[in-house]
Amino acid sequence: MTRKPVDIGVPDRLYMVTGGRSEADNSLDLVTLIVSECEPTAGMQSEHTRILDLCRHPTALVEVSAELKLPITVVRILLGDLIDMGKVSARHPRAAGSVAALPETALLQEVLHGLRNL
Amino acid sequence: MGSATSEVPSQRTPLADAAEIGLKIVVVGGFGVGKTTLVRSVSEIRPLNTEEVMTQAGQGVDETAGVERKTTTTVAFDFGRISLNERMVLYLFGAPGQERFWFLWDRLFSGTLGAVVLVDTRRMADSWYAIDRLEHHKTPFVVAVNRFDDDPSRFSLDEIRQALALGDHVPMVDADARVRSSGKDVLITLVDHLYTQALSREGTQ
Ligand SMILES: Nc1nc2c(ncn2[C@@H]2O[C@H](COP(=O)(O)OP(=O)(O)OP(=O)(O)O)[C@@H](O)[C@H]2O)c(=O)[nH]1
Ligand SMILES: [Mg+2]
Repeated sequence: MTRKPVDIGVPDRLYMVTGGRSEADNSLDLVTLIVSECEPTAGMQSEHTRILDLCRHPTALVEVSAELKLPITVVRILLGDLIDMGKVSARHPRAAGSVAALPETALLQEVLHGLRNL
Repeated sequence: MGSATSEVPSQRTPLADAAEIGLKIVVVGGFGVGKTTLVRSVSEIRPLNTEEVMTQAGQGVDETAGVERKTTTTVAFDFGRISLNERMVLYLFGAPGQERFWFLWDRLFSGTLGAVVLVDTRRMADSWYAIDRLEHHKTPFVVAVNRFDDDPSRFSLDEIRQALALGDHVPMVDADARVRSSGKDVLITLVDHLYTQALSREGTQ
């Protein structure tokens, strides 16, 4: 892999990585946890390979962005593709109005407990 | 961003495989106020950084002379992480409070639990804008005063509250961003505040 990191703000480079699309999957939050569902295969786009390697363990979108040195928007596009192909899955943060979500007080109590145990 | 991409991933500490709930807290404040230091002192990983870029036609935000017809807004921020338990992981973001940052707030930080406004008493005016924007976005926050050793003023928290025109409901706390236990106290102050607010909301339902 010799491709240099995307030059931020230079559309040509973003174009290369994302195949020219600019519509990111906005349902993906910075802290949505991404998990690989398969191994990378030969001939895959290098960014996809790196994401599948990285997300063997749950990895937040923002960490994927930092590790790949690609802006959030670009990572949203890449992850959206991988999700559509079933190659990764997303664990969305509870904020998304899930019915099963903990009541806020219970969630915050868990957070407090975790912080106090640091 | 960094000059070279290493193909060897930096020694990463992976999250637990059961991790499923990501949470956010944002630390905002003026330049050099200690945001990165605070994130580093409580984070289980070395702070990482990344950025968001937004290209749009028109809109005179942060226009850079001579670069295309479109406006590109770039916001860089760093972050750390705290595994609260097997399932829950808290991400702590350090972000500059300048104008273009707020422009991307909804894209990046909607759904955040709350915010810490980090204040340097020698440059209090730097935090006015952040406080105003947080109130506008209805994001609950606490104010942490980062006490630098070379600051002779030692304003009391009450004096600072007045200078910042903060309501009584906004918790304030002294901090030393370099010290882990102090950073931890700041976070606990914020989450305690959120908890109290949530309790009274649930009580009135
Ligand atoms: N004495 C003292 N120095 C501090 C404290 N917090 C931060 N510093 C120092 O202040 C300087 C700036 O801290 P940073 O954490 O980089 O500040 P920042 O807000 O991230 O700065 P920018 O990202 O550049 O806006 C560093 O040299 C820190 O070591 C503190 O509580 N006390
Ligand atoms: Mg910093």
